[in-house]
Amino acid sequence: MAQQAKRALLDDDSLLTEKESNMAQRIKQFLLNNGSLLAGEKSDTVQRIKQFLLNNGPLLTTIVIFILLYLVGGWLYPAMQKPQVFFNLFINQASLLLVSIGMTLVILSKGIDLSVAGVIALTTAASAALLAKGMSPFVVMPLMLVMGIVFGFTQGWIIHFFKVEPFIVTLMGLFFARGMAYIITLASLTISDPVYRYLALTKVYIPFFEKAYVYIPTLVGPVLLLVTIYLSFFTRFGRTVYAIGNNEQSALLMGLPVARTKLIVYAFGGFCSATAGIVFSISLLSGYGGYAPGMELDAIASVVIGGTMLTGGVGTVVGTLFGVLINGTIVSILQFNGTLSSWWTRIGVGGLTLIFLGIQSLFYMRQKHS
Amino acid sequence: MKNDTPLLKRMRESRLFWPLVALILIFIVDGIFAPGFFKIGILDGHLYGNLIDVFNNAAPLMLVAIGMTLVIATGGVDLSVGAVIAISAAVSTVLINPALGNVLIENKILAANTTNTALWIVVLVDLAAGTLCGVWNGMLVSRGKISPMVATLILMVAGRGIAQLITNGQIMTVYYTPYWWFGNGFILGLPVSIYIVAVVFILAWVLVRKTSIGMFIESVGINSKATYYSGISEKNVKLFAYTFCGFCSAVAGLILGSYIHGVDANNIGLLYELDAILAVVIGGTLMSGGRFSLMASVLGALIIWTFTITMYTFGVPANALLAGRAVLVLVVIILYSDYTRRVLNKLSDRKGIQHGATS
Amino acid sequence: MVESNKDVIVMKDISKSFPGVQALDNVSFTLKSGEIHALVGENGAGKSTLIKVLTGVERQDIGVITLEGKEVSIRSPQHAQELGISPVYQEINLCSNLTVAENILIGWEPRKWGRIDWKKMGSQARQILHGLDIDLDVTQPLGSYSVAIQQMVAIARALEISSAKILILDEPTSSLDANEAEKLFQVMRKLKSEGLGIIFITHFINQVYEVSDRITILRNGKLVGTYETGSLSHLELIAKMIGRILSDLADMSRIKLESSKYIKEDALLQARGLGRTGDIEPFDLDLHAGEVVGLAGLLGSGRTETAGLLFGIDKPDSGSVTVNGKPVKNYSPLDSIKRGVALCPEDRKAAGIVDDLTVRENIILALQANRGWFKYINRQQQDELAEKYIKMLNISTPTPDQLVKNLSGGNQQKVILARWLATNPQVLILDEPTRGIDVGAKAEIQKLVLELAEEGKSCVFISSELEEVLRTSHRIVVLREREKVTEFSGEVDEHKIMEAMAGSGSS
Repeated sequence: MAQQAKRALLDDDSLLTEKESNMAQRIKQFLLNNGSLLAGEKSDTVQRIKQFLLNNGPLLTTIVIFILLYLVGGWLYPAMQKPQVFFNLFINQASLLLVSIGMTLVILSKGIDLSVAGVIALTTAASAALLAKGMSPFVVMPLMLVMGIVFGFTQGWIIHFFKVEPFIVTLMGLFFARGMAYIITLASLTISDPVYRYLALTKVYIPFFEKAYVYIPTLVGPVLLLVTIYLSFFTRFGRTVYAIGNNEQSALLMGLPVARTKLIVYAFGGFCSATAGIVFSISLLSGYGGYAPGMELDAIASVVIGGTMLTGGVGTVVGTLFGVLINGTIVSILQFNGTLSSWWTRIGVGGLTLIFLGIQSLFYMRQKHS
Repeated sequence: MKNDTPLLKRMRESRLFWPLVALILIFIVDGIFAPGFFKIGILDGHLYGNLIDVFNNAAPLMLVAIGMTLVIATGGVDLSVGAVIAISAAVSTVLINPALGNVLIENKILAANTTNTALWIVVLVDLAAGTLCGVWNGMLVSRGKISPMVATLILMVAGRGIAQLITNGQIMTVYYTPYWWFGNGFILGLPVSIYIVAVVFILAWVLVRKTSIGMFIESVGINSKATYYSGISEKNVKLFAYTFCGFCSAVAGLILGSYIHGVDANNIGLLYELDAILAVVIGGTLMSGGRFSLMASVLGALIIWTFTITMYTFGVPANALLAGRAVLVLVVIILYSDYTRRVLNKLSDRKGIQHGATS
Repeated sequence: MVESNKDVIVMKDISKSFPGVQALDNVSFTLKSGEIHALVGENGAGKSTLIKVLTGVERQDIGVITLEGKEVSIRSPQHAQELGISPVYQEINLCSNLTVAENILIGWEPRKWGRIDWKKMGSQARQILHGLDIDLDVTQPLGSYSVAIQQMVAIARALEISSAKILILDEPTSSLDANEAEKLFQVMRKLKSEGLGIIFITHFINQVYEVSDRITILRNGKLVGTYETGSLSHLELIAKMIGRILSDLADMSRIKLESSKYIKEDALLQARGLGRTGDIEPFDLDLHAGEVVGLAGLLGSGRTETAGLLFGIDKPDSGSVTVNGKPVKNYSPLDSIKRGVALCPEDRKAAGIVDDLTVRENIILALQANRGWFKYINRQQQDELAEKYIKMLNISTPTPDQLVKNLSGGNQQKVILARWLATNPQVLILDEPTRGIDVGAKAEIQKLVLELAEEGKSCVFISSELEEVLRTSHRIVVLREREKVTEFSGEVDEHKIMEAMAGSGSS
């Protein structure tokens, strides 16, 4: 029905103008059909890149800040100029990168996930306990992932169907997860499984960079990042996440699968947290309910600094990568400095987050006015 | 319930009903299964017993619950209450102690029953520190337009670091006995902390019910735009709420620090935000803001504490409680949520259809 | 070429109730293919509920829906769209952060190897929009375009997805100016001639007559009747909508003529060169005691922005205001209230009612704000004030302690009005005070405005219904495209005003 109507509208030029000569009408029709080619429009992809650059001021700012910070660090502490320092960022921030990826999608959907650090702790404790009981690591790891998915899914379910605010649900999730971890083991529990040890100690050397290496778990983050980039821009799921973050009611009325998407987003968040937990347990070779204290703030900070707005619908997971890198660079600089104590990192990250939040709200205000 | 008298109906619908019922239930369970729970004796001229301990220990939580109620009623939340307790307690203990840090001091001097600063100044600075934290949160939320969760999360995490800075990373112990009075003393047989709670409660009640601040807070929580159009400064109302919450946390910090004779910046006031939110939620205030009841929140705090003590009495370990409390918050929120109300309405509608269509 | 007009949708004996209210009572409605069918009724009539049932947002309690002869059970909005039922709502229910192309096609987006084919989506979207006579860059976010464009995109989506059988337009012209509305009607007529069935919900009676074939009237959840448009006069239509003949309206002009003698010479409020970039060009305005000044203009002409400037919601970029001879230094709602200026805002749901507070609390809210935090209006005074205004404005509520959210739209509006009257203002600005209110209450409010002027207040009356503005105002200020164009006073010709509103060259 609509197709017919559409064709009729295209054919019937009387709608376009009142009085035009036949010739003009035919020219118009020709232009309509071939306009894009004639105007010399580049292919869609190039246009998209240009638009992307224009629309992504915050992201570019973040990248620039990272580069500047790194350069400053390298200038202050020549030891920081070694390429291994750069790869150390990925090694040390591996868990943070993973949870931040999940956090990005959640925040894009206008939600928040405060439980990430708790799920990490729970994963480490549960892994350690199960491995100590003799379970194979090839069973434990997938099991942890399933646990993370179920955990996240449950949170998403309560959030969507009971309409409880995400922050309160995930805040309780955080306490619940840590509580469960403490029930599993009161004190830190060592992991001595050979597979875990192998993953923890085996270096993977980077081509082109002499003597620079990472570990196998380090590679999971970048891979997941690429997957998530694909999800955000090339799948209906990803676009629905953006839509929900902008206006959930509209997304619903547009017929988008809002409930399903929200559940998946939180399940994905749980999955990322569990993955981060596995990586964490490998690098520390132990499990404990008190691990990763405050990482939820670091994750939120990375996402915010990366250009994603807490109000949802705006931002990219690429930016989050740079947010994590900035976090890591600050930590590195403080480490190379050696005199300032570690709680300054907390205060520093908190301050940086505030600044970015301030910039975000200015941006938001200006956008509203134009 | 067709034959409810109006009084019974009013009681049932009052905010205090279910919290009171819950409290009484817990007391009943205690009475049956934990003998000695209700035993109150007199020792050294004051009341003494498990129940008194419960009330005494619950005091800091009751205070924080009062402050948290106002914040939640404006549609926000304050996750930093535990950190503010730590900061204010840290500040007061540091003022009392003769020295800190790497300076070597004779144990005799360190453990002496003296203070470096007059007690009243210590109290004042404690209150000021916490109140300032509240102002900080309030400014971020009201002027900075940052979401309350994020704004207070920052202080929650960074605040512990600040407390550490103040105590120079050490666990502080206070030997100055007058300081101990707040958390351990007695007036007319009852713990001092109860009186403090009563004073703060009355202060809060007067401020919100005998002035228009209460109505403004509720209005802001329900519809902030309409409130603004009506000439109310939403910013200042929120600022007040967060400031008062900081003040309450400061008082709680004073009592707590006094009670344990010192401060461990990492652990004091830990998880208070969880219990405070739980208390407010049990008291029936919605997380989205709006109508609130201070009394109900205080009752909620009492319930939580009594429940916790009961669990300890039965030998349940603290960690299990952590997970349990988290679940409890969600259960209570869901019980009070719109969703449940609709489900209950649907169930009672089915029974009510016989009575004819409602107009 | 026109297909025989068979029934596309038949809704038979539909009933739906919510807690406390019977929204639809045994309503039957049919839509034929190739017709534009207007659905009218005042607020609370049941129009939106009927549409919600049809679009799968709600489920009917009783009743049967038949689509092209087959009985259907509409499970969800998604299901409704799959069935070919396409709604387009007044609020743009699209996502401003997604591109135009996405907004049109998402959910049915073209794929290449499992991933979204952006290029194809872009060209498809461009084609669809050409069909509606729109040319724009479909790769830009929707939010960067005007509301009118966004609405067309919404319609494009509604038509495009899954071969729409029926198109539901719910108050589509509320945000459009006359030209845009006319363009919309052209599109509607075209679609109709191709056999699409269109349900057109509107409160603009003129538009009903301009474009619809049949009219269905609902009142209080019941069906009044379905009529051929030509067979019903305006008066008959309104009478059926409200259930009585309106003689009150005739009363109005007499009151106005009489009351014009109360207008004072000196201006209570004077605005000079008052303006705000992007909202409204600098303008001069004088408001006198005893006078009702009407603000007329198409949507987007800047009426609400003007009101906002006069009341202090927004700070002006230029110009000044004096009230009672004293220049204004601070711009905020509270300062305005203290000066005796009040604004009854346009959007009562978002900026007016505090729904969980009682009627009493809502009424005294602004007055209390004026008194400040510490000068509390005690309970007895609150009760007295509430009773006074409930009586004065004929607010229908069981008790003053009823929560405002349980009141009907019209009564809610009266509560807001009471709030502002309670502040005893000298200048009362009313922005769309009769929007979404039944015709009876409308007349009440219009009458009240004139009476307030008679008492010595200065009123500003803003409404998109020109008829209303004419009836109620002594003087009319015309705005066009964010600029004050001219003023009219005395007996004015509706046509002259519309010319001023539309600009030169209007037909």
